[in-house]
Amino acid sequence: MQAFLDSIAAGMEGVPHWLVYAVGMIAFGAIVVFGFILPVAGVTSWVERRVWARIQSRIGPNRVGPGGFLQWLADGLKNLLKEDVIPDAVDQPLFRLAPYVVVAGFVGAFVALPFAGSLIIADLNIGILYVTAVTSLVVVGILMAGWSSNNKWSMLGGIRSATQIICYEIPVGLSIFPVVLLSGTLSMQGIIASQGWAPQQWHMFHSPFLFAAFLMFFVGALAEGNRTPFDLPEAESELVAGFATEYSGMRSLLFFLAEWGNLYVIGALVTTLFMGGWQVPAFTGNTLVLTAAQFGTFFLKAYLWVFVAMWIRATLPRVRIDQLMSLCWKYMVPIGLVNLLGTAVMMVLVPEGSDVVRWVMLALALFVLLKFGLRVRYHLRRANYGRMGLGAARA
Amino acid sequence: MGYVGNIMSTMTTIFEGMAVTFSHFFRTPYTIQYPDRMPVRIQDTLPYRYRGFLEVDLEICTGCLACERACPIDCIYIEARKDKETKQMILERFDIDLAKCMYCGLCSEPCPTGSIHHTREFEGADFSLESMVRRYVKVPVPAYKPKKAGEDDPAIVPILERGMRYVNEFATADSPGSKVVTPEEVDA
Repeated sequence: MQAFLDSIAAGMEGVPHWLVYAVGMIAFGAIVVFGFILPVAGVTSWVERRVWARIQSRIGPNRVGPGGFLQWLADGLKNLLKEDVIPDAVDQPLFRLAPYVVVAGFVGAFVALPFAGSLIIADLNIGILYVTAVTSLVVVGILMAGWSSNNKWSMLGGIRSATQIICYEIPVGLSIFPVVLLSGTLSMQGIIASQGWAPQQWHMFHSPFLFAAFLMFFVGALAEGNRTPFDLPEAESELVAGFATEYSGMRSLLFFLAEWGNLYVIGALVTTLFMGGWQVPAFTGNTLVLTAAQFGTFFLKAYLWVFVAMWIRATLPRVRIDQLMSLCWKYMVPIGLVNLLGTAVMMVLVPEGSDVVRWVMLALALFVLLKFGLRVRYHLRRANYGRMGLGAARA
Repeated sequence: MGYVGNIMSTMTTIFEGMAVTFSHFFRTPYTIQYPDRMPVRIQDTLPYRYRGFLEVDLEICTGCLACERACPIDCIYIEARKDKETKQMILERFDIDLAKCMYCGLCSEPCPTGSIHHTREFEGADFSLESMVRRYVKVPVPAYKPKKAGEDDPAIVPILERGMRYVNEFATADSPGSKVVTPEEVDA
């Protein structure tokens, strides 16, 4: 990106460099926000509703556009046109600002998120550190929203969110460290480049420690993104809508935009750190085709985890706050420390990594997937037996 | 359960739960997409005696006012007069206020020809109460007079047959009208 802007600046004599940079960055940022983040977050809302619906034996939104695909546009438009109610007793400036801080926090992560080998806004040399740091801005926004709403439920929601995000930063950080140790860099592109396209070359299957780190990262990221089963800040049954209770119209939608967009950020981080990112075999010399293939691979891998997050939301009940804390401090933090130590020891003993361990890990993962498929088949059959029994009784 | 036992039970129970929910992706949803994506109109699956909107076949209405008298909430208004010269009943007004009607069926029971009867239609949402009033008489018409030798007008015979079928289906508990029509029978 910087090289691209430099080449433009070199072509434009008499125009100051900073101006070219500023215009280029704003233009590129606008393209990413309106061309990628908004559609992805919107479509995610539709996919999520469809996925839940199918899991609950319903159909879900299917009237707007083919298969209800345009539902997110209709909902977005509706919320834009709705009245933006600001209650009298709220702290006006903070209340107005909070949604933007939340959105800025998650959009900021996209600065360092890779899309393909040559597609990244800025390949910061502290990439992953930057992402974890800037997504913490979301806590500030949520806490602002909770406080300024002048409402006990909102306040509780905001505090719960702050507690949970700050606590889970630690296991998430601890599960990023082994990856950083392995790849020797914090840069997102560098981490991806240290993996291969084949599954056994992914960091995920490097060793049992890395696999545990991968699971912990995903769980911790769900908790940081306030997703079920860790959605205590907006627990409907206890806190109305938590920190978003007093918000209406577009401001309320911005919180949801951040939530759904955050899902993609989680998926992209998991893909980058553990699943080989955009790596594809170099099957063609055409850079454009290769970039497109890389983008597609990365997006599909990231969206797989978005799907898993939706699926978890439709499966697991919400945990209690004490369970949330004990999971973090009693289980994830100690295991994270063991992971870090184990990875370090393993890197001293086998600096290049062991291919045998990689293949065994991959085989184990495939075995678990196979076992999962069998369990799914079992439950399907059981459901069908039930239906057959009913039919027999009627006849 | 110890520390490792907790972790193991967490993993296995979540694994099992995820398998149950995933199996739902391969099952058909139970949702019925009412009303526009049904394989059969819901009205067609209802029994013949379903008490939907009231309907009047003016061709076979005798103007006896039995229905108006039977109606417990006076939602039927009939104006009938006897023509001095031809000695015939003339129906000048036959209104049913469906907004008031409570679908009790008391009006259709005393009807001698089955002229007033329930249909299987039930969707009548509207924006004004006035439009819920069904006016069956536009211009005054002579009332039906049963013939001693039986009906021979080919235009009226089928209507009368339908009306009498309705009356007979009401007659006894084991009348054919008490039979419930299932969706499978409608398809067949």
